[in-house]
Amino acid sequence: MTYNAGHYDVIVIGAGHAGVEAGLAAAKRGAKTLMLTLNLDLVAFMPCNPSIGGPAKGVVVREIDALGGAMGKVIDKTHIQMRLLNTRKGPAVRALRAQADKPLYIKEMKRVLESQENLTLRQGMVEKLLVEDDEIKGVVTETKAAYYAPTVIVTTGTFMRGRVIIGDLSYESGPNNQRTSVSLSEQLEELGIEMVRFKTGTPMRVNSRTIDYSKTEIQPGEEEPRFFSYETTEFITDQIPCWLTYTNEETHKIINDNLGLSAMYSGMIKGTGPRYCPSIEDKIVRFNDKPRHQIFLEPEGRDTEEVYVQGLSTSLPEYIQKEMMETVPGLEKAEIMRAGYAIEYDSVVPTTLWPTLETKKIGGLFTAGQINGTSGYEEAAGQGLMAGINAAAKALDLETLILDRSQSYIGVMIDDLVTKGTDEPYRLLTSRAEFRLMLRHDNADLRLTEIGHKIGTISDERYERFLEKKRLIEEEKQRLENVILKPTEEVQAAIEASGGSPLKEAVRATDLLRRPEMKYDVIAKLTPSEVSLSDEVEEQVEIQVKYTGYIKKALDQIERMRKMETKTIPEDIDYDEIHGLATEARDRLKQVRPLSVGQASRVSGVNPADVSILLVYIEQGNIARVSGE
Amino acid sequence: MEMDTITAISTPMGEGAIAIVRLSGPEAVSIADSLFRGKDLNQVETHTMHYGKLIDPETGDIAEEVMVSVMRAPKTFTREDVVEINCHGGLVSVNRVLEIALANGARLAEPGEFTKRAFMNGRIDLSQAEAVMDLIRAKTDRAMNVALKQMDGRLSHLIQDLRQKLLETLAHVEVNIDYPEYDDVEEMSNEMMREKTREVLQEVEQLLETARQGKILREGLGTAIIGRPNVGKSSLMNALVHENKAIVTEVPGTTRDVIEEYVNVRGVPLRLIDTAGIRETEDIVERIGVERSRQVLQEADLILLVLNYGDELTEEDKKLFEAVNDLNIIVIVNKMDLDPKLDLEEVKRLAGDHPVISTALIREEGIDQLENAIADTFFEGDLDAGDMTYVSNVRHVQLLKQAKQALEDAQNGMDMDVPIDVVQIDVTRTWELLGEIIGDAVHESLIDQLFSQFCLGK
Repeated sequence: MTYNAGHYDVIVIGAGHAGVEAGLAAAKRGAKTLMLTLNLDLVAFMPCNPSIGGPAKGVVVREIDALGGAMGKVIDKTHIQMRLLNTRKGPAVRALRAQADKPLYIKEMKRVLESQENLTLRQGMVEKLLVEDDEIKGVVTETKAAYYAPTVIVTTGTFMRGRVIIGDLSYESGPNNQRTSVSLSEQLEELGIEMVRFKTGTPMRVNSRTIDYSKTEIQPGEEEPRFFSYETTEFITDQIPCWLTYTNEETHKIINDNLGLSAMYSGMIKGTGPRYCPSIEDKIVRFNDKPRHQIFLEPEGRDTEEVYVQGLSTSLPEYIQKEMMETVPGLEKAEIMRAGYAIEYDSVVPTTLWPTLETKKIGGLFTAGQINGTSGYEEAAGQGLMAGINAAAKALDLETLILDRSQSYIGVMIDDLVTKGTDEPYRLLTSRAEFRLMLRHDNADLRLTEIGHKIGTISDERYERFLEKKRLIEEEKQRLENVILKPTEEVQAAIEASGGSPLKEAVRATDLLRRPEMKYDVIAKLTPSEVSLSDEVEEQVEIQVKYTGYIKKALDQIERMRKMETKTIPEDIDYDEIHGLATEARDRLKQVRPLSVGQASRVSGVNPADVSILLVYIEQGNIARVSGE
Repeated sequence: MEMDTITAISTPMGEGAIAIVRLSGPEAVSIADSLFRGKDLNQVETHTMHYGKLIDPETGDIAEEVMVSVMRAPKTFTREDVVEINCHGGLVSVNRVLEIALANGARLAEPGEFTKRAFMNGRIDLSQAEAVMDLIRAKTDRAMNVALKQMDGRLSHLIQDLRQKLLETLAHVEVNIDYPEYDDVEEMSNEMMREKTREVLQEVEQLLETARQGKILREGLGTAIIGRPNVGKSSLMNALVHENKAIVTEVPGTTRDVIEEYVNVRGVPLRLIDTAGIRETEDIVERIGVERSRQVLQEADLILLVLNYGDELTEEDKKLFEAVNDLNIIVIVNKMDLDPKLDLEEVKRLAGDHPVISTALIREEGIDQLENAIADTFFEGDLDAGDMTYVSNVRHVQLLKQAKQALEDAQNGMDMDVPIDVVQIDVTRTWELLGEIIGDAVHESLIDQLFSQFCLGK
């Protein structure tokens, strides 16, 4: 009954934030790639908040860019406001966040997809995966088109058995009333891939013309031009503000009185929701001593009146949502354009995946994004990128790419997911990274561009520019190391002007820069560089010199960690054969099947003695192999 | 093989005549050499043994007389460079040697780690692999049991409290970072962080101080008996020794010939200093000279100052009081059987807060009271040794020292105005180190804390 619709190297199901990066990356690596989506008008759609970036997440966007992904470039062209967060803190935790123009983001991303070589974009609902002998062969759509490929990436987000809930109303649906996919979820389960039910939610959108902004506080963007992508050269200068208001005792009373009507509390919802993204009813129940909660009013774009009410995510009935808002300053007369809702969906238990995001069960089948139990556009995009890179690798027999925890937040996230799994929708936080100081917003290109170039997602031209930047940084650091500043009048005056204590004797320029109050600019005035340096180069020199001690400590730790990361565990290892492993450790190792001893040591339930025993066992195998030759 | 250098006591714990501390790894020889005064160990032939002295790097003092064997890779047990330090048996010496090795860059070996290295380096053949795994399992389990037993409940509670305090602080910083515009959490300032780390540092220092007490329990409370001639010092010592089982050991060689006697008083081991001197001459000062005696007194943990009830208080007595006034002393008014000539009020005034015990040693009177007073001094009024929170495990002490270092690094960072999220690296390290003591260093708990402490989200 099906017809042969063609052969590809990689098929991507879904064109959300994971799907688009997966398709683009695979195509860039030279794979003939097909991208299937339910609705071509909604590629890279943002079903929840209209923003991209923030702590950790913003760094992920930069990492995606350094590996040749699209998210950074597209948001640079389509934001309505951008800010650098945590500027008063250290360099490790600074992060960009942009408010997105949602419709424009879709339009721009669609243009990027359409202009990508090797990438075919097509509307269609996948009904079935073609699997033979635990290997993926292709997919069949509901219109009976059979597409064949050795690798398939499933990026269906919250669409699998999605169910939207508002008060006592509940219906099968993907986000924003899109069609949901039931057969795919059933088939994955039949194939033996473990699934779990998660929940998330979104607040109402209201009409901007019905908001009384005079009762709220303005949250402007920044004058300073900012950008995610290292390739961006044009900046958006006319920024649109967000607005801040608060809930109050009255709002909380309405919510408390109607708690029984909330789908979250009436027992209608079974899925586990994220703690970091609670509904307003959750906040009021769990933190009932708080007199007020913040509400940010965020425009959804330049050419729309819709405003996202951040802070009021809820599954209460629509009329309660209305009553609730009537108590909030500025929102008294606000008209709801779309009601808030909760959504439940099936997701894959991520410990069933290899660190390449290929499923352990079915060869060539990859999953990426919210389907893997994460939440957030950036988390999805990061996984999509990696799945695309690795699916292309498998199809074309190229090098696979697994980023480690010391290299990137993407590596931290994927390692967390496939090693520890997650009990709730997973969000990246800076505290999840043990080497936060190394995973900075400002050095994503230094960490990853080289890799991107090697795997073919970064162009030669961009790579040349990167090498030049790197060279300038190293040379300037070296130069400052050799410059001796004497306590001349000029030097003392400059130090005094920065609020420092005068020099007693001559010092190296780098030592002076290490003083807390000292800035690169000041030093550069005292001893100017012969070549003109970009702000980015100067920033790198300042950070690398200032934090030398801490960076060195981190590098030592990374060095120690790497030793365990490079001890690989043979794929055919039989944990039942290993004498002395504790039962819990044995069970968990059998499930996770870590690729390295380092990964094994992070599996919960595996203690240091088990790791020692594992090491001895592996070494024994090596000796046996050597002596057997 | 690229590995660090490990060390452990490799002879059974106890009162053997000789104990061995073993080092293995690339830096075994250089570490041993750095704390050894004698031949240059870096230059000596492999598989040779050398006499010399061990230096305590903290004080620069000579700590022990030792024999050191140097065995270079590959013909060693672990196939790495191995150094064995043979020292005087007994817990005092051997622990001290171990601690010095640790302070000089060696890491305390995990249970079974020497054997594991021997195996990993191909020294033990394939058929023995399972035995090695068994050994690691058994040793780890036993070490864990021992560690758990050694750690009394209160210590583990205290550590948990400290960790909780740190965790709340860490979560607070994290929330500032991950939710920058979240306004009902106060911004964690360097001042707040400094306050928190200071609190924890104090507690850690106190724990390290109790580690010293734990050490005293193992090594004995250095005790000196002083007094004018003929006040009954040797009677006192004989009384203590006869009442209790004495162990006499001879420590030859170092800088002086000292005979130490150990007696166990109500669970407090006393190490009686220079008892030989007292026995022979009846007077420590007379025997070893004023300078030396002052030094001995300063090293003593406890001083028993003996007075004669049958004599008036002399200038000499008063000088003795002055010499030891800021030390830990018990005043013993002996010869209560004689006619009173001593002004007891005056003695009490001079003694200040120190206990004054009356005895008639010749009639064996007052010994009980004295022993109670000794026990009181040590336990600070708390007689039940099992009721104390003290750290005795070498591994725990190491971890506490590292935690202390990390806290000091954090404070230095704050002094240098380093941003709080960078200072946090050292605070997090402290939290992890304390976690290692109680066998709990799971990173997830920070995130749990974050979400239970603060109301966050969109």
